[in-house]
Amino acid sequence: MTAAAALEIEGLRKSFGENLVLDGIDLSVGEHEVTCLIGASGSGKSTLLRCINLLEPVDVGRIVVAGEEITRGGVDVNRIRRRIGIVFQAYNLFPHMSVLENVTLAPRLALRQGGRESEEQARALLDRFGLSDKVDAYPDHLSGGQQQRVAIVRALAMQPRLMLLDEVTSALDPELVAEVLEVIRELAAGGMTMVIATHEMGFAREIATRVCFLDEGVILEQGSPEQMFGSPRQPRTQQFLQRIVNAHRL
Amino acid sequence: MASEGDRRADLEVDEPRRSRILGSLSGADGRRGVAIALLSTFVFVVVVVAVVANSPGWPAVHEGFFSWHYFKSTLPEIARAFLLNCKIFLISECLILPLALLIAVLRSLPGPVFFPLRALAIAYADFFRGVPTILVIYILALGVPGLEISGVPNSVVFWGIVALVLIYSAYVSEVYRAGIESVHPSQEAAARSLGLTRWQTLRKVILPQAVRRVIPPLLNDFIGLQKDTALVGTVGALEAFNVSQINSDGSFNFTPYLVAAVLFVAITIPLARFTDRLIARDRRRRQAQGGLA
Repeated sequence: MTAAAALEIEGLRKSFGENLVLDGIDLSVGEHEVTCLIGASGSGKSTLLRCINLLEPVDVGRIVVAGEEITRGGVDVNRIRRRIGIVFQAYNLFPHMSVLENVTLAPRLALRQGGRESEEQARALLDRFGLSDKVDAYPDHLSGGQQQRVAIVRALAMQPRLMLLDEVTSALDPELVAEVLEVIRELAAGGMTMVIATHEMGFAREIATRVCFLDEGVILEQGSPEQMFGSPRQPRTQQFLQRIVNAHRL
Repeated sequence: MASEGDRRADLEVDEPRRSRILGSLSGADGRRGVAIALLSTFVFVVVVVAVVANSPGWPAVHEGFFSWHYFKSTLPEIARAFLLNCKIFLISECLILPLALLIAVLRSLPGPVFFPLRALAIAYADFFRGVPTILVIYILALGVPGLEISGVPNSVVFWGIVALVLIYSAYVSEVYRAGIESVHPSQEAAARSLGLTRWQTLRKVILPQAVRRVIPPLLNDFIGLQKDTALVGTVGALEAFNVSQINSDGSFNFTPYLVAAVLFVAITIPLARFTDRLIARDRRRRQAQGGLA
């Protein structure tokens, strides 16, 4: 393991009761890399992301973030989570708070930022992602695309070193997908280390440093986007991508 | 809260104004509906009054229950006593709201470590919802002062309030709990993923949403509590019901009870209407959200 790795996963296993969801995941993500996880629903993409953020306890294996093992017992999960942002498929904004309150809540409580500091930072971030006119709006008055962009900003306000995106466009109407992908593109351009579970194959091909194909809880195949989408080696990967092509999604 | 209601109300597009009691209120149909409602109510009242007033026992009942003379003469005294009901109600409510919330929170603590606290909270809620209120009042207000421990208050009002707080906290904690459980787990995941602690998540994300949702049923329990303050009279507190009873016993006339009833209703009806309005607003809000989704 090199000190430069942003994220290192070794032999990760996780089951829910009898159901083995992750069956020995090994993955290494360097700083500023964008790793896209592809695979059918139920292949373990979401569970893997939730394990990295410690939202799900790991059964076996190690997860090391920037040199620190976060799966070791007695680790301060709140401190770990502050460095790892996660964005969910269903946005999960706090409906009783305005956009500004959504974004400033965690910096104020978890980072002990002052009211003014957190607000200035939030306004700057919202401005950067074209949401400056929605600062005082409530989530249920925003479109899905706007809500998801706010959710990304909310995670960014914690100044994470690593961002996990869990199918962030899957709940969106097709015409709203582009605005969210644009945000992710900008993050990638800014050098953010990201692990992205996605069904947007065209986007994965464009943005990924590396693509991992998950199948039944293991990374069956990984490589550069050119290799993975151009000449996948594993029959299961070929099958999966063929189905995507047939559905006109690539 | 009001501005939030207005904001949400904007979402209702083309929804005709409807009243649950009178039906449609707008247009020609609406006017006809109101006219029919008024007419049928008038006929109903006339028939009831005619039947009651012409019954053979009416003069005696009129004198015994609806005596204007007794009403006027006992009203000031019973109204003064009713202030004690209001006092019991307000003090109890101020204690019930935080205590019940504490019990509900204890009950929702996860993990094996908190099992004793959870078990305690469940036992408490089960026990005090099961025991009749009047028994708890008897046992506390008559029993505890009977122990003659120095320093322990022997005021029946004090122990009456304690009893009401114990009973109603059990009910209200269940209302809170329903609210807490109605907040989707993804809200907790989102808050925890941002590095908030369990306590911060509860305080800033879960409880604000939970409490907002249960305000109507909470007010419903307020109404029940306001009525149950009369039970403290059974152990001797000079509240409205007890004072009516004393007056009635002295005169063999039941009108003082009517006075007490009028006073209770004067408080509980506005509370009930207020609750209905909140429930209606909540329903509109949910419909508006459903319409957007």
